[in-house]
Amino acid sequence: MTEAAIAEISVTDNYEGGDLNEERSLASDAWRAMRRNPMFWVAMTLITVFVLMAIWPSLFTSTDPTNAVLAKSRERPGVDAWFGRDIQGYDIYARCIYGARASILVGVLCTVGTVLIGGTIGVMAGYQGGWADSLLSRIGDVFFAIPLLLGAIIFLVSLPDFFNDNYFLIVLKVVLALVILGWPSLARLTRSSVIQVKPNDYVQAARALGASPNRIVRSHVLPNSLAPVIVVATINLGAYIALEATLSFLGIGLQPPAISWGIDISAALVGLRTTPHMLFFPSLFLSLAVLAFIMLGDVARDALDPKNR
Amino acid sequence: MPEVILSAQELVKYYPIKKGVMRRTVGQVKAVDGVSFDLHKGETLGIVGESGCGKSTLGRLLMRLEEPTAGKVIFEGADWSGASGREMRRMRRDIQIVFQDPYTSLNPRMTVGDIIGEPFEIHKDVVPKGGRRARVQELLDLVGLNPEHIHRYPHQFSGGQRQRIGIARGIALNPKVLVCDEPVSALDVSVQAQVVNLMEKLQDELGLAYVFIAHDLSVVRHISDRVGVMYLGRLAELGEEDEVYSRPTHPYTQALLSAVPVPDPTLRGKRDQIVLVGDVPSPANPPSGCRFHTRCWKAQEICSQEEPQLELRSDGAGEHLSACHFAEARTIVETVDVSDLEPDSRFTTTDFSDLDDLGAGLGAAGGGEDLDSSAAESEAERSDALHADSDTAPQDGTRLVDEQPGDQRPPNG
Amino acid sequence: MTTQDTKPPRSEKTSGSQYTYTPEDGLLLEVDDLFVEFHTRDGVATAINGVSFKLHQGESLAILGESGSGKSVTAQAVMGILDMPPAVIPNGHIRYCGQDLLSMPDEQRRLTRGPEVSMIFQDALSSLNPVFPVGWQIAEMFRTHRGMNKSDALEQAIRLMERVSIPAARERVKAYPHQFSGGMRQRIMIAMAIALDPAVLIADEPTTALDVTVQAQIMALLQELQEERQMGLILITHDLGVVADVADRIAVMYAGRLVETAMVHELYAAPAHPYTRGLLESIPRLDQKGQTLAAIGGLPPNLMRIPPGCPFNPRCRMAQDVCRTDRPELREVVPGRFSACHFAEEVINA
Repeated sequence: MTEAAIAEISVTDNYEGGDLNEERSLASDAWRAMRRNPMFWVAMTLITVFVLMAIWPSLFTSTDPTNAVLAKSRERPGVDAWFGRDIQGYDIYARCIYGARASILVGVLCTVGTVLIGGTIGVMAGYQGGWADSLLSRIGDVFFAIPLLLGAIIFLVSLPDFFNDNYFLIVLKVVLALVILGWPSLARLTRSSVIQVKPNDYVQAARALGASPNRIVRSHVLPNSLAPVIVVATINLGAYIALEATLSFLGIGLQPPAISWGIDISAALVGLRTTPHMLFFPSLFLSLAVLAFIMLGDVARDALDPKNR
Repeated sequence: MPEVILSAQELVKYYPIKKGVMRRTVGQVKAVDGVSFDLHKGETLGIVGESGCGKSTLGRLLMRLEEPTAGKVIFEGADWSGASGREMRRMRRDIQIVFQDPYTSLNPRMTVGDIIGEPFEIHKDVVPKGGRRARVQELLDLVGLNPEHIHRYPHQFSGGQRQRIGIARGIALNPKVLVCDEPVSALDVSVQAQVVNLMEKLQDELGLAYVFIAHDLSVVRHISDRVGVMYLGRLAELGEEDEVYSRPTHPYTQALLSAVPVPDPTLRGKRDQIVLVGDVPSPANPPSGCRFHTRCWKAQEICSQEEPQLELRSDGAGEHLSACHFAEARTIVETVDVSDLEPDSRFTTTDFSDLDDLGAGLGAAGGGEDLDSSAAESEAERSDALHADSDTAPQDGTRLVDEQPGDQRPPNG
Repeated sequence: MTTQDTKPPRSEKTSGSQYTYTPEDGLLLEVDDLFVEFHTRDGVATAINGVSFKLHQGESLAILGESGSGKSVTAQAVMGILDMPPAVIPNGHIRYCGQDLLSMPDEQRRLTRGPEVSMIFQDALSSLNPVFPVGWQIAEMFRTHRGMNKSDALEQAIRLMERVSIPAARERVKAYPHQFSGGMRQRIMIAMAIALDPAVLIADEPTTALDVTVQAQIMALLQELQEERQMGLILITHDLGVVADVADRIAVMYAGRLVETAMVHELYAAPAHPYTRGLLESIPRLDQKGQTLAAIGGLPPNLMRIPPGCPFNPRCRMAQDVCRTDRPELREVVPGRFSACHFAEEVINA
C-alpha cells in the first residue's frame, strides 16, 4: 500500500536526481546502490584477497607448500609456521594460500561454463518457445534429475586416469563434471527470465520495426534478462567452490600433489580432537571464500531487483 | 475521398484453448471474428470498445505482430499475408505502432537516442550513418523534448515524455500509417491533452493516417474522423464521427455512450441512462446470432438466430454501417459544436511541449527549454497577459538551487 | 439527496467493540491540518502538506487529483494503513465522531476499521485473497468483528452478495475471486466494505480499472448504498466525469495540498483555481464537436522539492511574484467556496 504511495511520489522523482545532466543507466544506478552497501565492501575485500592469493600466492608467503618437514609434523601454530603444520609437516598457512588457486579456478570456470552453456540454451528455449522449448527443457530436466554431487563423483571416477598428470587438466576435469550437471539450473533461470521479458512492449516494438531475431535477443531480451542470472551466478560461484572442496575431500576431485582446501580438510580429520588447528584453518578459508561470493550475490540482488522494475 | 491506404478484410484471430496432459485444443477464444474496414490517407479511424472486445488484438494483426487465423490485411494494394520476409521488412517502414504503457514500451537498458535511432539501424538506407544522430535529435525536437537528452535513459523521464519517445520512434521512418494502441490511457489527465495535441500536430505535418484504438470515447471523438465500435470481436457500428456519436443506431453503441460520464453536473438525472443487464459473454463462447442479443433490450427471436451483417442502415440523416436487425438512430449525447471556441489561454495552452522535463516545478515557465515556436508565442502571450509584472518572463524566481545551467538550451530551437 | 431523518442517529451498534462513536451534528470525519511525510533514503517527501476537510453523514465528498497529488495517501492516512516508517505524521488530527484517530490506542484504532470506517480499492483482484472463496472472505468480517459462528456469518455474506446484485449468490458464495469478472469482484469488495455497516466509506479509484458500462453500475450501487445507510462517502478519483455524476462536494488536491473545495455545481460552473480551470479545459468532452483541446503545460512537482510559494506556480500561466514567495492558504472566496490562490476572485469571474 505504502509502496504504491511512494511509487506515486517517486515517479516524479526519478528524472530529477541530483545530477541533472548525468545519464543514469540502470547499471550505474545498481552500481551506486551496491557501493552504498557495507556488505559489498566486505565481500569485495575478501574476494580480492582470495583472487590475489590464487594468482600470486608468493605475495602472501614465501614458504614452499610442498616442503614437508616431517620433524615438525602436527606442530601447533607458532612463529615458525603461523597456522602450524599438518601431518606431513606441510606449512598449513602456505597450503591455505596456495589452495586458493584451485578453488577460485574451479569456481570461476564452472560459473562461466554454466552461464555460457545454460544461458545460451535457456535463451533459445525461452525465446523460441514451442517444440524447441519443450525439447530443450526436457533435456535439461534429464540432467537436472541427476543429483549433482553423486553424478560428479561417478563422472570423475569413470574418467580415464591419464588426466591426472597435468594440474590444469585435473582442474578441467572437475569443472567439466560440474558444468555438465549444473547447466540446467541456469538454463531454467535464463529461460524464465527471457519468458518474462519477451511480452514486454519494447520487444514487440522491435519486432514491429522489422528487427531480426538476432538483434532482438541481443539488444532487447538479453540485457533485460540478465539481472537474476547475475545474482544466481555469483551465488553459485560460492557453491562451486564448496563443491570442489567436497570432491577433493572425497578424494575424487583434485588429488595430491595438487593443493586444495578440501584435501587438507580430509587429511586433518584424523587429528580432530588433538590437533584441531589442522582442520580449522583450511575450513576457515573455505568458509570465507564461499561466504564472500554469497554475500556479493546478495548485494547484487538488492541492488538489481527493486530498481529493475 | 482520399485513397485507401490500409484495408482490413474479414480479419479473424482465434486463440486455441488447450487442456489436459496432452494439450488438446478444447475450444477457441475468438478474439477477432471478422473485422473489415478501410483506412484512408491522412485520416484517423478510431476503434473503441470495452475490454475483451478484441481491439488490441486487431491492432497487433494490423501490424502483423500476430498472424491472422483468416482474413487479409491489404496495405497500399499489397497483401501483407503473401509478403516474403524481405517485402515485409520493407512494408514495416510504412506502418508503425505506438503502445499503451509508457513504462514497458521502452527498453530500460537503452538510451533514448538508441531507442529512437534503432529504426535507422534496422533500415539502414533510410538515413545514412553520419546523419542519424542529427535525425534523432530532430525527432526529439518534433515531439517536444529536449534534443540534448539524447543520452538519457527512459526511467529519467515522466510517463507523458516516455509516450512521446515512443511516438518519436514510431514516426522515425516516416510511416504512412500509425497504429496507436491506447496511447493516452495510462497517462494523467493533464498530460493526455498534451500528447493528443502532439499527435494531431504530427498528423497535420506528416500526413499520417492513424488507427486510434482506445476505450475512452471522449478522446476518440476528439481525434477521430471515423469511428468503429467493437463488441466481442466484431464491429457493431462504423461511420463518421458525427454519425456514430450523434446518431448511433446500434444498441450497444447507444448503451456505451449513455454510460460515459460527462463532466457536467447539470446533466445529472437528465441523461438517457441505458443500463445493460448481465456480463459480457466470454469470447470463447460468443452468443449465437447477434453477439449482443443476450444483453440487448431490443432483442427478438431473429437476433438469436441470424447474425446481422455490418451494412448501411438509415440513421435519420443518412446512413452508415451498423450490425443490428433493428438499427434505429437515437440521440444519446446532445452534441454542442464548439469549433469556434478557443480555450482560455490564461489557464491552458495548445502547445504540447513539456515546458521543462526537469519537471519538479523548476523553470517550468519556459526556462529556455521551449523548443516549439508556438511556445515562444505563448511566452509572449504570458508576458502580456494579466500583469503588471516584471520584465523577465516568470522564471527566475523559481530557480531552485539544483538547476544546472548546462540544461539551458539556447532558444534557437 | 440526503434525508437525515430516515435513519436513527448512529449509536451503539451490535459490534463486539466496547467503543461507541456518536457524530455531533452529523459530522463524521474531520481532518485537521494533516501532514504526512515519507522518509526515504533519498530524502523526505511531503506527500500531504496541510490538508483539512470535513465529512458529514450522507454526504459524498470527492477528492480529485492526479498522480502525486496525495489523494490516495490521504485516504490511507484516514484508514490508518500507511506503513509508519517510512511514513510519518508530524502534525495534524483526524477526528472521527470527535475522537482523534491518531492519538487513539492502536487496538481501538484497529477496531474502527470495518465497523466505523471502511475502504474499497482500485484493483479488486489484488485486494481479494486468491486462495479463499469469496463467501469466506466476506464472512470473515462477521466472524472476527462480531464473533459470529461460521454458518451465521456465511448467511450474512450471502445476503450481502445479494444486496450488491451478484446473481446466484447462494451458489457463487463458494467461488474464488478469479472466477468473477472485474465488475463482480468490485461488488464483492463493496460487500466486504459495507458488511459491518460503517459510517464512512472511502472508495479509492473504485472504477478506474473497469469498463465504462460497468463503471456506471458500480457508481450507481455505491450511491444507493450510501443513501440507504446514510454513510459518508469519500470518493478518490481523477475522473472529472465520475465526480460530476456522483459527488456533493469536491476537494481538489495538488502536490499534497487542497487547492479548492466547493459544491459540485459551483465548481464546474466557475472554478476558483487555475489548476481546476486548466483541468476542466483539458479534458475532451463526449458532448462536444470541434473542440480545441488545450493542456496545462509542465509537470507536477517533485514532492521532495516543492517550490516555494504556491506549488502550482511554475505551471500557472497567471503566476505573479507573490505566487512565488507567499504560499496561498485555503480561504473562503465566496460563501461556501474555498480556494488556495491569491487571485481566486479573478479566476472565478473569468
